[in-house]
Amino acid sequence: MHVLADANLRLDAGPVDYLLLAIYFVMVLGIGFLARRSVSSSLDFFLSGRSLPAWVTGLAFISANLGAVEIFGMTANGAQYGVPTVHYYWLGAIPAMVFLGLVMMPFYYGAKVRSVPEFMLRRFGPAAHLVNGISFAVAQVLIAGINLYALATVINLLLGWPLWISVIVSAAVVLAYTGLGGLSAAVYNEVMQFFVIIAMLIPLTLVGLHRVGGWQGLVDKVTNANADHALELSSWPGTNITGITNSTLSVIGLIFGLGFVLSFGYWTTNFAEVQRALSAKSMSAARRTPLIGAYPKTLIVLVIFIPGMLAAVLSPELIALKAGNTAAAGDVKYNNAIELLIRDLLPNGMLGVAITGLLAAFMAGMAANVSSFNTVFTYDIWQTYVKKDKPDGYYLRFGRLITIVGCVVAIGTAFIASNFDNLMDYLQTLFGFFNAPLFATFILGMFWKRMTPLAGAIGLVMGTVSAITVDVLNRNGVFNFSGQGGAFVAASVAFVVDIVLSIIISMVSRPKPDDELRGLVWSLTPKESRTHDDTGENAGWYRKPAVLGTGVLALALVLNIIFW
Amino acid sequence: MTGRESSGTRRAGLFDLRLILAVLFLLYGIIVLLVGLFSDSSDYKDKTGDVNINVWMGISMLVVAALFGLWARLRPIVIPQEVVEEHEQT
Repeated sequence: MHVLADANLRLDAGPVDYLLLAIYFVMVLGIGFLARRSVSSSLDFFLSGRSLPAWVTGLAFISANLGAVEIFGMTANGAQYGVPTVHYYWLGAIPAMVFLGLVMMPFYYGAKVRSVPEFMLRRFGPAAHLVNGISFAVAQVLIAGINLYALATVINLLLGWPLWISVIVSAAVVLAYTGLGGLSAAVYNEVMQFFVIIAMLIPLTLVGLHRVGGWQGLVDKVTNANADHALELSSWPGTNITGITNSTLSVIGLIFGLGFVLSFGYWTTNFAEVQRALSAKSMSAARRTPLIGAYPKTLIVLVIFIPGMLAAVLSPELIALKAGNTAAAGDVKYNNAIELLIRDLLPNGMLGVAITGLLAAFMAGMAANVSSFNTVFTYDIWQTYVKKDKPDGYYLRFGRLITIVGCVVAIGTAFIASNFDNLMDYLQTLFGFFNAPLFATFILGMFWKRMTPLAGAIGLVMGTVSAITVDVLNRNGVFNFSGQGGAFVAASVAFVVDIVLSIIISMVSRPKPDDELRGLVWSLTPKESRTHDDTGENAGWYRKPAVLGTGVLALALVLNIIFW
Repeated sequence: MTGRESSGTRRAGLFDLRLILAVLFLLYGIIVLLVGLFSDSSDYKDKTGDVNINVWMGISMLVVAALFGLWARLRPIVIPQEVVEEHEQT
């Protein structure tokens, strides 16, 4: 049964599909070579010389996140839980992205820090900086390995290449363009990948809807197939996705756990995201980066959860899985939803575009990990603690070297992941827990000048420890959250513990003097340095961050009401 | 901060991503459209429910390519000297 199911996922790729794939790879590497010409300093390499326009950084901002885990995971959510998947976007991303653009970006960009850990260093000193810098670097290189392994399994499954060849070839491609062109190459490829993924998702959605007889046809099919169809067809209260049976608690879990702690933690403090905004060419463009990204982010979920739901009513394997008929489902999982749909709906031609889109998504995910890892490792660990005061060319060369090291280590972790699949999943969840306390520390530190360096360090560590504790207890059956509610609760606990501990410790330890906190804390930053130049190419009402932010919140709200 | 003074940074904007996207979708559009035009409905009927998706997506991608080309043509990248100086001051 195992072998049979594997063979059934094999896509029937023809010469034309390989041609489309080959064209894409030529362009990816071409961008790497072109971008290389513009790299003459370490800032060019790590932050694109702060020269990119807002639409590029905005699309790269969401594209760095639109990796494999996202595409597979969210279509799987669509197949398994239905409409409530939208919460991961309209609740779990948009408000946080708006907050980043309107409130936090002036500090990041205005302080001219080169990374999120560097902001930590300026605000809280070396202890918190080291915790943040090292945990981020380790997490990124491990997650790069997980992405790489996932990429290799897809190549293996879809095209039949051996796993180890897939791993090495994909790592070599990512290394080639990020090592040559630095962040510019990574960002340009992320934007290109974004459009190819759209070219994959839109026809899947349209053809799928055509097959089932439009949206109403899909609703009818879901209604007939599932006893809990009411939960699957409306976004609230989403008890199936949280695993919290009480509707009120489920809504609270979604809003506070997902919508506030997890999403603000991820979008506002994860350097792999924030780096894209820091590479923008002006404060105005940096603030617009997450806001411009928020519009496609709001809409793209429509071509993600709908294909997921379509897969659950069109693919025989998923229909069997959902009906509880595991024998007929073989070893197909919800995670295979998008592959099944591509196999069943797209003829040669568009099939090649779709395969390209999937592979591009994995590579972009890994490139985002690698390009943020090399920056943090070079600036925050090597330059800050190991070799200070070298000429800039040294750090540029070191950055290229550490990019190679990062990719090689990722190949190693990819092979570890191939042996310990579940362990790596678990690790990734654990790293997710760094973000919630990090956000708590940031937000308190930005608005409360009394918060001390010691509080910053201890709050961060204890917040993370408490998140891990809750998660371990949940996994061992002390608490009982079946869906994704466990992660929401763990993150929420981490946030609260971090805030409470930070306040207590700040009361009994010594704060930094005011003049060291200028530009880092809201009350000590004059309004002029928080606002940006809005003349020239930054002029126009439609470029105002507040207008862009309000617009996208309204859009998300309207869509939320439609799918209520 | 490092590297601000290097003039190499200014050249960073000089390869236009919009043109790259235009070329990618031009090639994709042509190939996918041709596949669609030269395929028989029995090739895709079972999968798409009798929609020749290759033709539709081929045309759409050509339109996207044209839009990117047009955008790059109408709003070319300019790097005025005063912006460069202004950057250096901040």
